Amino acid sequence: MGVGFLNIEDQVRVFATSSTVSSSSTPERSLGMSDPRGPAIRVEGLTKTYQAKGKAAPVQAVRGIDLEIARGECFGLLGPNGAGKTTTIEILEGLNHPTSGTVEVLGLSWERHDQEIRRRIGVTLQETRFPEKATTLELARLFRSFYPRGLDPAEALARVALTSKASAYVETLSGGQRQRLAVALALVGDPELLFLDEPTTGLDPQSRRQLWEVIGQLRAQGRTIVLTTHYMDEAEKLCDRIAIVDHGRIIAQGSPRQLIDRLGGGHIIIFELEERSPRLEPSAFADLPGVTAVRREAEGYALTVAEPHAAIPSLLDRLADHGRVLKRLDTHQASLEDVFVALTGRHLRDDLDVASPSTNGLGSRVHSNE
Amino acid sequence: MLWFATRDSNPVRGLSMMSNASCDSPTPVGPFSAWRSLWELYVTRLREFFREPARIFWVYGFPTILAICLGMAFRSSTTETFIVDLVAPSASETESTSTQRAAFETLVEAIQARNNDPQRRPDLPILQFKVVDAPLGWERLITGKTALLARLEGEDGMVYHYDPTRAEARAARAALDDLVQRARGRLDPVRVENQLIQEPGSRYIDWLIPGLIGLNTMGGGMWGIGFLLVNFRRNGLLKRFRATPMPRWHFLSAILGARLTFLIPDVAVLLTVGVVVFGMPIRGSLATAFVVVLAGATAFAGIGLLIASRVSSTEAVNGMMNLVMLPMWMFSGIFFSYERFPDVIHPFIQALPMTQMLDALRAVLLEGAGWPVIWPSVAILMAWGVIPFVVAVRIFKWT
Repeated sequence: MGVGFLNIEDQVRVFATSSTVSSSSTPERSLGMSDPRGPAIRVEGLTKTYQAKGKAAPVQAVRGIDLEIARGECFGLLGPNGAGKTTTIEILEGLNHPTSGTVEVLGLSWERHDQEIRRRIGVTLQETRFPEKATTLELARLFRSFYPRGLDPAEALARVALTSKASAYVETLSGGQRQRLAVALALVGDPELLFLDEPTTGLDPQSRRQLWEVIGQLRAQGRTIVLTTHYMDEAEKLCDRIAIVDHGRIIAQGSPRQLIDRLGGGHIIIFELEERSPRLEPSAFADLPGVTAVRREAEGYALTVAEPHAAIPSLLDRLADHGRVLKRLDTHQASLEDVFVALTGRHLRDDLDVASPSTNGLGSRVHSNE
Repeated sequence: MLWFATRDSNPVRGLSMMSNASCDSPTPVGPFSAWRSLWELYVTRLREFFREPARIFWVYGFPTILAICLGMAFRSSTTETFIVDLVAPSASETESTSTQRAAFETLVEAIQARNNDPQRRPDLPILQFKVVDAPLGWERLITGKTALLARLEGEDGMVYHYDPTRAEARAARAALDDLVQRARGRLDPVRVENQLIQEPGSRYIDWLIPGLIGLNTMGGGMWGIGFLLVNFRRNGLLKRFRATPMPRWHFLSAILGARLTFLIPDVAVLLTVGVVVFGMPIRGSLATAFVVVLAGATAFAGIGLLIASRVSSTEAVNGMMNLVMLPMWMFSGIFFSYERFPDVIHPFIQALPMTQMLDALRAVLLEGAGWPVIWPSVAILMAWGVIPFVVAVRIFKWT
């Protein structure tokens, strides 16, 4: 165990503490009162356990989540597939029931004010296939009829740049257009609070950017938005604040900048060495000037540093001392991806799962720590 | 009948609750716009249906074609035709006598004469015969290509080979034997007069049209409601609707209302084909008949809704619907009367909604029956509609 590991554990503790403090500092309010200045969403001790069929063990999808989302905020639940994001957001949307915990949406509870909450929120689900033989405008009109007040159906389409497709059947729309239609249908009731579950999953880069633009505009209008994503760039670009979710828990919370800054350095140096035994321990680099954390990647090492130009020369000296030859060296600005890796030892996307458990036991250590 | 669908079924109560909310002052909503979602859902459903040409064919075109084909097939059969094979006597002098050969000639001529006789008695069938040798005739008989194999035996004997379980074979045997005996001079001691009844209303086609209406109503209720809802569930549409303030009974009523609407042209087309093409009589009140159809549609919609209430795979719902429909296809008398089934199972058959619907519909259309006769059927149908509906709404899975 090296210095770097301790360093990261400390960070984890800091993250955990800061999220606890922020939720417990909220003054208690009575349920049912809709206070326009209160938070849009307040969640305390939320858990959800699915009873498995047969002899399989029950699945704990959500293991105790506390959240407070302010009005006008764009809040992201970021985490890998299966982290519990969708379960959490569906509980907030009233589509799923918590096993335990309190949930307040716009100061109201689902048990007593479900219809009022439904009037005031808009929802896109992860995958909804709307009737193929309906036009986008017809669907907008249909969804508009569910709400006592709201936008003009054509206006809802205009907000997601679908005006030119108003009379097109759903079956003719591309994936990105369908997703924008879903957002239009969520907007048509002019909701105070908008939920977007994985809005860009499965879209091509251009469609993703178009949708980001739409969401960015909604955010600029001061609408409260809660979205889930497993794309860290999406969370970084769209969200004022982010909660990183893993295994049904929030492991870090804050603005993207804050989260990255808590890594202790704004840059990541990744390097790989020519094969030679014995393998160097990551701790061999932990004491280099400006290095705040070290971790082993599947191929090579990753250093978190404040200033690459200061760290790289001393890194090269250290390698020369050990008689090692560089195979590859990259640097990039630290991202939420690095935050996630630092916290869990795993990458966000399953297909990018570089760090294997045998070379990095950090993930499990983080959890036993909580 | 839909008032128990959700706890927030009363739009007026929902509105009053909303105006109490302190957060904002929503525009007051009149009763018309509170019902607007019901109307929009209904219209959306209608559009979706009528924009699918394939669906229109299967719902309207196919039963019409089926009615016309079956009607034609059974209408033109006032004269039956049977295929019989006659074994020719061997041509060699040693194996058959000239008497035998002459008798065979006589038989063939007699058959031809009767087939071609314009004054032929209408109850006598046409015997379409084929002269074969014994091995070929035997092969044709056991493969079912001919109903009857006949050969001469000695100077004045006949042997018939046939399968006694085939009605056609028994009839062919009787007809040929009658002809053989008459050809040898048999006379009937009793004078017979045939009075043929071809009164509209008693023919097969008259009986079949209500059966097809029932068949379509059942298919519509099962596929048009059960299958549709499972598809909506699979597509996440039910869940999406659940996240809106739309009253849930609006959705279920719109689906049911649209289903009943599709039934109007459906029933109209079949009845028109029956009346115009086949001269089927309508002896009772059309309005009463329509009430029977509505009650039937409600029953099948209730069953369809119940089947679809929790399933989320189309394969599973497919199997379940076929399982439920199978007894009705077999026993309820769509194509053939259920009187032929043993009496012990009649109570079971009569408990099926399809049986009740068809019995009532035929009573109204063909016998001119009214409410005093059909009300029990309508009551049974309504029970079949309401009980599954109540259960389905309670256990219905939206997510």
